[in-house]
Amino acid sequence: MSVLVYTESEQGKFKKTAFEVASYAKAVADQLGTTVTAITINANDTSELGNYGVDKVLNVSNTQLDMFNAKGYAEAIQQAAEQEASKIIILSSSANSKYLAPLLAVRLNAGYASNVINAPSSTSPFTVKRTAFTNKAFEMTTINTDVKIVGVSNNSFGLVEKSGDASAEDFSPVISDLGVKVESIDKASNKVSIADAEIVVSGGRGLKGPENWGMVEELASVLGAATACSKPVSDLGWRPHGEHVGQTGKPVAANLYIAIGISGAIQHLAGINASKVKVVINSDADAPFFKAADYGVVGDAFTVVPELIEKLKAFKAQQ
Amino acid sequence: MKILVCISHVPDTTSKINFTEGDTKFDTNGVQFVINPNDEFGLTRAMWFKEKQGAHVTVVNVGGAETEPTLRKALAIGADGAIRVNTAATDGFSVAKQLANVVKNGGYDLVIAGRESIDYNGGMVPGMIAGLIDANFVNNCISLEIDGDTAKAIREIDGGKETLSTSLPLVIGGQKGLVQESDLRIPNMRGIMMARQKPLTILEPVDANNETTSVKFEKPAPKGAVKLVSPDNLDELINLLHNEAKVI
Ligand SMILES: Cc1cc2nc3c(=O)[nH]c(=O)nc-3n(C[C@H](O)[C@H](O)[C@H](O)COP(=O)(O)OP(=O)(O)OC[C@H]3O[C@@H](n4cnc5c(N)ncnc54)[C@H](O)[C@@H]3O)c2cc1C
Repeated sequence: MSVLVYTESEQGKFKKTAFEVASYAKAVADQLGTTVTAITINANDTSELGNYGVDKVLNVSNTQLDMFNAKGYAEAIQQAAEQEASKIIILSSSANSKYLAPLLAVRLNAGYASNVINAPSSTSPFTVKRTAFTNKAFEMTTINTDVKIVGVSNNSFGLVEKSGDASAEDFSPVISDLGVKVESIDKASNKVSIADAEIVVSGGRGLKGPENWGMVEELASVLGAATACSKPVSDLGWRPHGEHVGQTGKPVAANLYIAIGISGAIQHLAGINASKVKVVINSDADAPFFKAADYGVVGDAFTVVPELIEKLKAFKAQQ
Repeated sequence: MKILVCISHVPDTTSKINFTEGDTKFDTNGVQFVINPNDEFGLTRAMWFKEKQGAHVTVVNVGGAETEPTLRKALAIGADGAIRVNTAATDGFSVAKQLANVVKNGGYDLVIAGRESIDYNGGMVPGMIAGLIDANFVNNCISLEIDGDTAKAIREIDGGKETLSTSLPLVIGGQKGLVQESDLRIPNMRGIMMARQKPLTILEPVDANNETTSVKFEKPAPKGAVKLVSPDNLDELINLLHNEAKVI
């Protein structure tokens, strides 16, 4: 009975979260005195997984699964779980993993806890801590079923390196009709996505208009960050919907979140509370965001941001 | 086309979150409940299918009698009928089982649910319904067109979007984008009057165990005060982020 972890890759390369979920799976396996098996789908080189506690890798290479498909991926993971007699399945909180996990739960008749932020506080009963009320609270949840699925929040557990080798074998699941077909993908390939980013630079209505986003993008590019925005900014069409963060937008669990010209409404904060360090740049010293922030600059974004960019460039050049 | 819209009854987005009974229960005192925002986008899209394509729209909630005002609001917005499955919604999987049972018995072609509810954020109900009834499933859906039995959907993915084709029966996990925010409807007096005449059916639940149990809640530890840096001293901000917070 090994712990099974689904390690996500994109175009053959592992995402950083793959190593985080592997680290998490290792922690659970240690608690249970068992091993970790990873399942990978169309990943090129799986040797790195051994460095995060994986003992064995099941490699799926299947052209039917070249593009992500929730049903097909759930079928593959289900068959791996059955072959390995795994009772615990770990995956990430990426949009794709959250898409496939409920389908997998039905197939395995497993209880599923999403947005989990800690290793289990107890394995019997199996109890985990997860975020609830859009990051305004935490919930301790017990999974009662024989088979359990845990979705780990991004950047919550971190990477735990172990030196080790993972053995690898091919795994060929039987995939049925996929039901949903991808016609096209529209994705800026050179941009850091909000979900994967360690740093997110976000702008609000205080930036006055889309023509002023150049400095937000430049700041993001200096920091290797993703760009985001508040809801009115995407509602006004200044930025694409996919960049809107908050309760009704995307969640952000970055190491650093920089909010420029954003007031800090409760619905906005709900989506970014899980970020570790928050910096606020706002001309209004009474903006509610200062109560939620770690660091703040009371000032006009149009003078502070360009200056910050220059100073960061100088800082980066010295590093 | 018969559409079922799943409506979660959730605390208003500005609610202060508190717990009672030794932090084991959500404190509903003074909390206003609303249609889950993700579901509201789905309901509005369903109204479009009703008005433009003659669809019949039923809304459903799993919950006690206290959720009926939320269902009545959905009726006032324009749904044709409502169903309440009479049991407390305590776990995502068991809620999905109740809803799957409603779908099977009602012969719905399209089920619209929200990608997640803003209270427990489980994000599992739509996918589980699809799995239980063996329907096609699109999550994070931001656009949906239906022509006969075929559907074209767009879903949000990390860093972009994806266009998909699929067929009915279909379940979607919807969200903002499915309709424009400005198209969301506030019930008017006529709608409220008409809602009173519309059927609200109460169904008894089928057997469904709780696969997960909520044991206890915690609130985040209070935050320390913000450290303010003068706009004339941005080097200090960089220094703090590098040496103290260690994030750059
Ligand atoms: C059901 C519901 C769901 C919602 N969900 C979300 C959500 O998911 N995400 C979200 O963001 N919002 C959400 N909202 C909206 C939210 O309530 C706020 O309206 C929104 O977050 C405000 O955005 P903002 O801070 O960009 O704009 P504003 O409130 O207009 O604030 C702009 C800020 O910019 C500052 N400013 C102005 N000029 C400058 C300058 N030159 N330099 C520096 N600062 C400047 C101002 O002082 C102000 O603090 C939701 C609302 C509802 C009702």
